[in-house]
Amino acid sequence: MKEGRPRSFYVLAIFFAAYVLFLYGPMIAIYVLSFQGPQGGLTFPMNGVSTFWIAKLFQGTGIVDLGAAFRRSLLLGIVVMIVTVVLSVAAGMAFRRKFKAQSILFYSAIASLIVPSIITSLGISLEFRIIDDLIKAHWNENFETSMGLLTSGLGAHLTWTLPFGLLIMFAIFNRFDPRLEEAARDLGATPWQTFRHVVLPIILPSVIGIGLFGFTLSWDELARSSQAIGAVNTLPLDLQGLTTTVTNPDIYALGTVISAVSFTVIALALGTIHVLNKRQAAKGSDAGKGLV
Amino acid sequence: MSEEVLQQATPGLIPGSGTARAAKPTRLSPSFISWLQAGPMMLVFLAFFLIPLVFVVIVSFWDYNEYQLLPAFSGRGYTDTFEGCIAQLPELCTIAKTYLKTLKLCFLVWAITLFLGFWVAYFLAFHVKSKTWQMGLSLLCTIPFWTSNVIRMIAWIPLLGRNGLVNSGLMKTGLINHPIEWLLFSEFSVVLALVHLFTFFMVVPIFNSMVRIDKSLIEAAYDAGASGFQTLVNVIIPLAKPGIVIGSIFVITIVMGDFITIGVMGGQQIAAAGKIIETRVNALQFPAAAANAVILLAITFLIITMMSRIVDIKKEL
Repeated sequence: MKEGRPRSFYVLAIFFAAYVLFLYGPMIAIYVLSFQGPQGGLTFPMNGVSTFWIAKLFQGTGIVDLGAAFRRSLLLGIVVMIVTVVLSVAAGMAFRRKFKAQSILFYSAIASLIVPSIITSLGISLEFRIIDDLIKAHWNENFETSMGLLTSGLGAHLTWTLPFGLLIMFAIFNRFDPRLEEAARDLGATPWQTFRHVVLPIILPSVIGIGLFGFTLSWDELARSSQAIGAVNTLPLDLQGLTTTVTNPDIYALGTVISAVSFTVIALALGTIHVLNKRQAAKGSDAGKGLV
Repeated sequence: MSEEVLQQATPGLIPGSGTARAAKPTRLSPSFISWLQAGPMMLVFLAFFLIPLVFVVIVSFWDYNEYQLLPAFSGRGYTDTFEGCIAQLPELCTIAKTYLKTLKLCFLVWAITLFLGFWVAYFLAFHVKSKTWQMGLSLLCTIPFWTSNVIRMIAWIPLLGRNGLVNSGLMKTGLINHPIEWLLFSEFSVVLALVHLFTFFMVVPIFNSMVRIDKSLIEAAYDAGASGFQTLVNVIIPLAKPGIVIGSIFVITIVMGDFITIGVMGGQQIAAAGKIIETRVNALQFPAAAANAVILLAITFLIITMMSRIVDIKKEL
């Protein structure tokens, strides 16, 4: 075998490091800038260090009603996360057998992932507008709209998160050993018991991964929300609205707060996955500990 | 077969067989269970993706006035969109110019993300030997994907703005006397931001293809006297092709339909296919918006069909 590392390793390692810097550098810049002093502007250098802009955001004296948008986004994110996890795990289980409409569902998911968001978003808004018109014409003249956070908004987000959930389930079951289930069945477990006590514990770390995708993709979603969310705004929509008008660092402060939530969720999810994997490694198998 | 034999020999011994099976007449059929499992997701796609797409096509043939939809057949959405395309010849009409511009952005972003994505994936797949490090570094590349795109766009402002880090740095070193204007709110910043946001979509599928490559094939190529470059071109690239194609499909469709990055980073000044739709919607001209969506969908579909000729996507997942 070769000794040491080839020169290409070092070239590519530097390339990779540069890429990571490119990924994170700008983000870190705005996190730092959101701690500008009260007189600070949109760019470096820092004009003192303070939590002035972040505090201003929470006082509600700033530019948007942060509290309401924050709660809406959080609610939507959590609902999207739960629905994504449940539907993805269920559909992932279905894909382990052949069933009719299998390829229809598969291609719907892939298409939903790659059809430009603006088209899906426009379609949902047209659908709900037409439903509204029908309701107004036939049942209730005073009807306002069926569009909203948890109707059209939820649907729009799911068209984005479900394909990821399904693809992760495919990846899980690609390396899942079906003999474990057979063993459970042979020992008399019902299908539900097999799922609950054998399959679920094994796939749980990846299921948490699906939840992570579900929440973060919804929390930051913009393109699909843009036409389909109805009258109210989510946090990213408010943030986008600010990009054209704002001239002081509260936009960075808002960005930092939104990112803080993302990073908290990412850390929680990755931490849980790590703990679960460790437990699986430690207790998951009694191989080699037989009663010999 | 063996189960039947066993059952005949020792009836009642195998759970779920013989009497046990007869005792549970309500047992659900496998295909019904599949429907229960996959049905909810199918319904979501039906209600929020497939039917909306049908509505886009239908509404694109409706009529409209200043403030509402008129459900009567009309080609106005399309004729408005292609206005002047024949009359102005040989001059290009607005829609043709816009699509050319979008395709140009698309090509630039595709080429750059492919280059970056390929080498990042290559490094992770072939040079990082420890599984832990591979996981950790992949995660490092993925975490930004879980954070907000708008924030990652805004993040360029303090760097590229008129008084940003790049300009002030260059002025200090005396390389330039005036701030460079085209760094921000320009095509340059649009391409930069798109690359920044979406290289991830290249890295993941290419990495997936690369880790599946049998390392002994590469050894064999070297043993047979191939240079590093020959191995790359004749072994690694062909085997990584599915990942390259899937990544390309992602990046191209995202950029074709993008209106947010182009809007924010282009200072709302750059026309693009996705932005036309947004503008039409904001003007409440839904049939025209829908007509543009149909055109965009057709072009996107054409690109994907051409690319999936090269590789069977379903086999690669």
